[in-house]
Amino acid sequence: MKTDFKLIDSILEQHGSDKSKVIGIMQDIQKEYRYLPEDALKYVADKVGMSYSKIYGVATFYENFSLEGKGKYVIKCCNGTACHVRKSDDVQAALWEATGMKPGQHTSADGVFTIERVSCLGSCGLAPTVMVNDEVHSKMTPDKMRALVQEIKEKEGVK
Amino acid sequence: MKFNNVEDFKAAQKKFAAILGKEKNRVLVCSGTGCMAAGSKAVYEKFVEAIKAAGLPCSVSMQDEPEEGYFNVKKCGCIGCCELGPLVRIDPYDLFYAHVTADDVDEIVEKTLKNGEVVERLVVNEDGVSYPHLTTDFPFYKKQTRNLMEHCGNISSESIEEYIAVGGYDALVKALFSMTSDEIIAEVSNSGLRGRGGAGFPAGKKWEQVAVLPADPVKYVVCNADEGDPGAFMDCSVMEGDPHRMIEGMIIAGIAVGGEVGYIYVRAEYPQAVARLTIAINQAREYGLLGQNILGSGKNFELSLSKGAGAFVCGEGSALANSIEGKRGTPRPKPPRLVEKGVFDRPTVLNNVETYANVPMIIEKGADWYKGFGTEGSPGTKTFSLTGNIKHTGLIEVPMGTTLRTIIYDIGGGLKEDRVFKAVQIGGPSGGCLTNEHLDLPLDFDSVKQVGAIIGSGGLVVMGTDTCMVEIARFFMNFTKKESCGKCTTCREGVPRIQAILERITKGEGTMDDLDMMQELADTIKTCSLCGLGKTAPNPVLSTMRYFRDEYIAHVVDKKCPAGVCKDLFVYQINPDKCIGCTLCARNCPVDAITGTLKQPHHIDTSKCIKCGTCKANCRQNAIEEV
Repeated sequence: MKTDFKLIDSILEQHGSDKSKVIGIMQDIQKEYRYLPEDALKYVADKVGMSYSKIYGVATFYENFSLEGKGKYVIKCCNGTACHVRKSDDVQAALWEATGMKPGQHTSADGVFTIERVSCLGSCGLAPTVMVNDEVHSKMTPDKMRALVQEIKEKEGVK
Repeated sequence: MKFNNVEDFKAAQKKFAAILGKEKNRVLVCSGTGCMAAGSKAVYEKFVEAIKAAGLPCSVSMQDEPEEGYFNVKKCGCIGCCELGPLVRIDPYDLFYAHVTADDVDEIVEKTLKNGEVVERLVVNEDGVSYPHLTTDFPFYKKQTRNLMEHCGNISSESIEEYIAVGGYDALVKALFSMTSDEIIAEVSNSGLRGRGGAGFPAGKKWEQVAVLPADPVKYVVCNADEGDPGAFMDCSVMEGDPHRMIEGMIIAGIAVGGEVGYIYVRAEYPQAVARLTIAINQAREYGLLGQNILGSGKNFELSLSKGAGAFVCGEGSALANSIEGKRGTPRPKPPRLVEKGVFDRPTVLNNVETYANVPMIIEKGADWYKGFGTEGSPGTKTFSLTGNIKHTGLIEVPMGTTLRTIIYDIGGGLKEDRVFKAVQIGGPSGGCLTNEHLDLPLDFDSVKQVGAIIGSGGLVVMGTDTCMVEIARFFMNFTKKESCGKCTTCREGVPRIQAILERITKGEGTMDDLDMMQELADTIKTCSLCGLGKTAPNPVLSTMRYFRDEYIAHVVDKKCPAGVCKDLFVYQINPDKCIGCTLCARNCPVDAITGTLKQPHHIDTSKCIKCGTCKANCRQNAIEEV
């Protein structure tokens, strides 16, 4: 996808081209592209009067910013304390197995799945939890995880 | 409509209360994160649709000017018992339904709303007893004192009108027109309110220090809503359930210290809290409760949201200030402290969500009333999120000084599936564990600190004997290693060293020297790190080594994991005395490691076994054991 600088301009206008606003600006850019395109970052750095290295430093400091594209389904497997003591490791293992991905691999080769490990989604009462895009799935088990992946695979025609 | 003065406000309050008085039934659908995850949004929408379809007058907002006898359908804050969600409350019957789905709604409308009958099958029933009035009769609620959460489950969490109708913003009016700044600060100081974010620093003292500094040109009032401790969701629930209470507290703080600009730094992982806060801030601004010349008092207060981007360290005050400024969220060396040089190097009051949310009731009801709850050193109530292997998980509020036993057994109903209690992790990654010997310890700031843990923001993760404490320590070190900002050497380099040692121990490759080395590393990190995150990072290791040294020794010397968690340290075996030869394990084993004939004890081939635990999960005789 090509970066639309008019869009970046309108985001900059909303926030004001100010150094102190770069986190909010980057969040809005990421909302549009699901990651931070390099040319967009360079453009913003220029507009707010920051060096590219500085803005790169901010972008890489925070977990939520991604400098690479993401798959169609971002699956966040929670490994907070409450989920951990309710065996979220087994759910995570089932997720890797069912998607055919390896621990540490971010996005599947076909661009369907992105797997992220997160440290608390705030639904601890219903642990263990998994978030698929914006939807929370609660009280997960390895079997439920496999079924969920299968469902997505069927919908996307992945073998 | 903007309130230009107190009279406008009072008139509106009367009007809003009158509108509430006209309702026939109030249907409150719990819309906390837990219930939303269980599908409460669909339930809410279905209620609106079904009531309208039944030809009954339905209102979701006071702007509709509802007629006498209308049905008020609202999303409310977290009712607390997340395990039972989605929860629905029908007033004035004080009737609760649990596990409600959209398919149940038509029946509820027909029976309960139209005819006042109870749908028995949706009422909570435990061990043969039914609990229609959940918050008064269910054991989970009996020992709780819900002051801070009084509105959660009673009024809409998205309506400023309902908040005002039940007395909201009265404290602000009192602070603006009947008290001086000094009196406000004195009241907060006298109440003994201590910061609910972790350290327990007296809030009044902090306010005093900022109040005396010049506002040249500005002072800031900041709310720390970066609740990053895994296993904690109290602040999330307060923001989602009763956002105006916290906003009111912040405005009062602003008036008291002379700060006119406020920020709420909220973590982006709480999209719903962000949404509710945005609604609440806009409503307060529209009515003139935020902005210039509030209620004609000549006082100003502006408030905006600053969204975090996923860095645990930003819960530390100076890191948070850097993040608000758009920088990398690394902590600053102290002094100067935040009260002197905080956000943009200006004097800053920083408190967390729960601390601000306590302020309106202190101002309204007075310090003496407030001190009637809790202990002498830690007055008031405290919210805790009760999670882990406990029967009733959820959000609770108890007076400070309540014992762990009351929380775990009376409120939480004991451990899940007859597990045996082993420990509770308190205070997140900066905290420690409390064990059997602490069951009667009063939970207040000072008592908990004395035994090597902290109350922190209030996460309680309950663990049974099937949890390995060495593995839990490794888990927390993994977390801190990932979240260390990298600025100071001891935290950046020390934590990964401890984590590597723990990794070795859980694989059965540890030595006794490792334990000494960990102690030394932990002491160094504690003494030399720059910020609170680093200073407290080794706590989970220190506290598990203190209370569960046996377990470490079992891993190191005997190469065994007593809890049966560390996969390299045990094998699965079938107890031939218990096995009835049902073949269930053999049929479910993914690698065909189990052999045996029908009605004869089976056998696991340990060379093939991958320790996935499927056999154990499927065995109905408890015949599969870790040895």
